[in-house]
Amino acid sequence: MIPVDYYLFLSLALFTIGVIGVLTRRNVIIMLMSIELILNAVNINLMVFSRMWGSVDGQVFAIFIITDAAAEAAVGLGIILAFFHNRETVLADEMDIMKW
Amino acid sequence: MQTLNQALFIFFAVLAVVSAILLVTRRNIVHGAVFLITTLLSTAGIFLLLEAEFLFIVQVILYVGGIMVLFVFVIMLVNLDDSMRQVQFNRQWFVAGALALVLAAQFLFAIWAGRGALRLPAMAGEISPKNTEAVADALFSHYMLPFEIASILLLVAMIGAVVMAKRRVE
Amino acid sequence: MGHLIPPSILPYVLPVLYAVVIVAVLPLLAGYIVLMERKVMADMQARLGPMRVGPHGLLQPIADAVKLLLKEDIIPDKADKLMFWFAPLVSVTMALLAYSALAIGPAFQIADLNIGLLFILAISSLGIYGIVLGGWASNSHYSLLGALRSAAQLVSYETAAGLALISVLLLAGSLSMKDIVQAQSDQGVWFAFSVPFGFFIYLVGSIAETNRAPFDLPEAESELVAGYMTEYSGFRWSLYFLAEYANMIIVAGIATTLFLGGWLRPGARYHEHIPGTAIEWLDALPALLTLGVALYSLSLAPKQPVKIQKIVMLLVAALCLMVAGVLAGALFAPPAVLQGIHGAFWFMAKVFAYIYAFLWIRFTFPRYRFDQLMRLGWRFLIPLALVNVIGVGVAIVLRQQWAWGPIVSLIPTTLGTLGVAMLLAKDDAPVAEAQTADGE
Repeated sequence: MIPVDYYLFLSLALFTIGVIGVLTRRNVIIMLMSIELILNAVNINLMVFSRMWGSVDGQVFAIFIITDAAAEAAVGLGIILAFFHNRETVLADEMDIMKW
Repeated sequence: MQTLNQALFIFFAVLAVVSAILLVTRRNIVHGAVFLITTLLSTAGIFLLLEAEFLFIVQVILYVGGIMVLFVFVIMLVNLDDSMRQVQFNRQWFVAGALALVLAAQFLFAIWAGRGALRLPAMAGEISPKNTEAVADALFSHYMLPFEIASILLLVAMIGAVVMAKRRVE
Repeated sequence: MGHLIPPSILPYVLPVLYAVVIVAVLPLLAGYIVLMERKVMADMQARLGPMRVGPHGLLQPIADAVKLLLKEDIIPDKADKLMFWFAPLVSVTMALLAYSALAIGPAFQIADLNIGLLFILAISSLGIYGIVLGGWASNSHYSLLGALRSAAQLVSYETAAGLALISVLLLAGSLSMKDIVQAQSDQGVWFAFSVPFGFFIYLVGSIAETNRAPFDLPEAESELVAGYMTEYSGFRWSLYFLAEYANMIIVAGIATTLFLGGWLRPGARYHEHIPGTAIEWLDALPALLTLGVALYSLSLAPKQPVKIQKIVMLLVAALCLMVAGVLAGALFAPPAVLQGIHGAFWFMAKVFAYIYAFLWIRFTFPRYRFDQLMRLGWRFLIPLALVNVIGVGVAIVLRQQWAWGPIVSLIPTTLGTLGVAMLLAKDDAPVAEAQTADGE
């Protein structure tokens, strides 16, 4: 039997790596991908607890999270494409139009 | 059967963490996308180990077969040759590391505090054939309102993405 | 046998055996489908096709395989080596993986998953990465453009085909491949006849899914050289090739299971069949057909000019005689064995009929331009498939509330979808003439 703790450690590891990815990378697309990583870590947590308590509510919530991730990825990538057509860059440091 | 479960869990867990680390550190964005695909597939494998077969298939079809295809398309459209030679990491790695440590400490404390209550019930010999039906039941009865809101959200996101990505005819 | 194999491994022996058989047989089968395609193409163009290697070209696939294996492996200079190596692997792995949920006959299935159909769909959607990564890794404009176009086409038609499958799933009530065939047996009618629009949409969608003509713009020779496969040569190219034909067989397998009754024998009253009585002649049909093929190749053997060709013909005749013997012998075996063996025969026969339809369509219709292709997918097939799903829902209500029969309840669905199809076709008037034969 795999203890619940192991699943939680795995999700913690993925979450931490995702957070570090979002905060340290300059490329906006990699930042978006790290956000997907964070969402997946949360999904693993939800699934483990849904299994532990024997209800499917956790799985339904995970479906909503996946749906939400799809919507966010679509809009985010659309924004990146629009910005790229304007400024020819995908680095977060160089997206500073609104700086005073 | 037990050892197979444990072996599979170790395999998927190691694959997920190694792919995640590689994703965050690769210079080549396309390689990063492929590593994210590997991470998502190992997460799907973990869902299957937890007897959630419908979520396994939803993860593969939607996340890997839909969202990641979108990512790969956009990566190929914005692929600059210079991006391989630019600096990859910004200067805030120290703060990020500290923040990650704080988060990890909080989480580990939460696990330690609740360690007595975390016990998985015994798994059945095979995956219950009713998982898809159970999820569908819950989704279309209790969670009907969030379901409808999610579909409107997807519609809005679709329209928004099309509008944002269109080239303006100047 | 049970005491020779420890009980912890026993459940895994048969699936592994089936998997080995499939992986071993599939490249040979794909090669012979290529030969079939060339012969059928030749026949439709009033010529003979490959005749030189082996009698009537029967050894042509072996010659092709040997040539491909011995070719030089060229990697473009600035190509991304890791992705270049990885992409054909992804394609071929996903194509082969999908066979694990396919049920060839009631006894020949590697894994009877509860979500079998969704599993095959998921694996097919993973196959897109082989194309996209291969096109990108070649570091060539033609390849990348072909790959992106091909992926866009696959994603669009996947949606339409999936919706067509949903309309059948509503009637079958389960995602497991065995249960779907069982539902067709219980309802006494194959889903292709009760939901013809679902079958039509899935047919068109599956042609586009496998990049076959008339939807083969991404790999047409006159348009983009060979699309994403341009820079691949030798063994890597043969992996892509194998993946494409394996995909064709998988798609034919899904269509057979869901629409054409799987391993059920064409002929009514499956659940009332008793061997040795009234419908005996339909059961003898497989054996008679194979015997006919054996006799035909026997008659051709003396006419061959070269000795090696005579030997190959005699071998073919012997093989067909053996198969005929097995099929005839199964008639006297217990019903489970009879169903197993004859079921596999009927399944393969239907798969080959579906693939023949693919080939027929390839050599009949001209190629679609890319924007016409996308318009057809998004503005005709997807709305039609959605209307079909709603119609099938109405049919289920008719069945449950007013107890209409299995075929009668689907007549309003078919008529409604036909009306919508005609409306949609009339909608884009100038483009309508360029579209393929639609509706009924």
